[in-house]
Amino acid sequence: MVGFYTVLLFIFTGAFLVSFTVALSRFFAPTKQYPEKLIPYECGDLPQGDAWIQFNNRFYIVALIFLIFDVEVMFLFPWAVVFNDMGLLAFVEMFIFIVVLLVGYAYVWVKGDLDWIKPKPRLEHLAKGKGE
Amino acid sequence: MEANQILFIAIALLTVLSAAMVAFSNKLIHSAFALLATFTGFAMLYVYLSADFLAVTQIVVYVGGILILILFGVLMTHKIYSTTKKTAHNSLIVSLLGGILSAGLILFIISKAPWAPLLAKGFNPTTAIIGKEILTGYLLPFEIISVLLLGALIGAIYIARAEDK
Repeated sequence: MVGFYTVLLFIFTGAFLVSFTVALSRFFAPTKQYPEKLIPYECGDLPQGDAWIQFNNRFYIVALIFLIFDVEVMFLFPWAVVFNDMGLLAFVEMFIFIVVLLVGYAYVWVKGDLDWIKPKPRLEHLAKGKGE
Repeated sequence: MEANQILFIAIALLTVLSAAMVAFSNKLIHSAFALLATFTGFAMLYVYLSADFLAVTQIVVYVGGILILILFGVLMTHKIYSTTKKTAHNSLIVSLLGGILSAGLILFIISKAPWAPLLAKGFNPTTAIIGKEILTGYLLPFEIISVLLLGALIGAIYIARAEDK
């Protein structure tokens, strides 16, 4: 359990440092609030619409793929701890485990779920022939 | 009171209060963020139960993965606050009955569980034991897990992609 006290110490240190720095800047910084300061920043323009935008579905798909391999990595930890004692057998067993999951990786790769849709900027308003 | 006990009470309070926030918060996004504290509190309680591998798994998988997916789900739902709450206050009697039944079940398990001997045994690391077991005695379930994960991956991707095409 000693190792986890170190983790707790890290959590406390991190929380303390962050809150201390924020409190310090809050204490020393001059506060002058006016309405323009409180609007969301959009490069100097007035913000349009809601801050709650729907973002690309692809983020979600990538997060799903990440989660599956996250669970896989968790199984690598106990395997790595005993790997030296088990030898070749452990290697073969984990090899099978990973190969089965690689099938899924190949599936999402082939199906194009990892491809990012590249934005196609329309440049018709630019005069052609100058740079091309 | 020992420092250990104070720490335990602090962790339990963190878990219970944030869980209450998850349940009672009006905004879904606040519930999702309060879930972060609940999951972290769970992980700390696992450490107290001498389940170190489970604690790390809780952090890596739940806090690092599933919570992100929940946040994505909340953020991607179109006009999430303008939809009427369809599950709110459906029936007081049914929800009360369900709550009492689950509370009774939990109390039953608490009364039957051998807590004291488990905690008295003290802390011993479990990762090496788990590693040895999944590579010898529980090899077949371990390999089946990879097939299960494969099925979960392909199924989840298929459903998530369905509206694109």
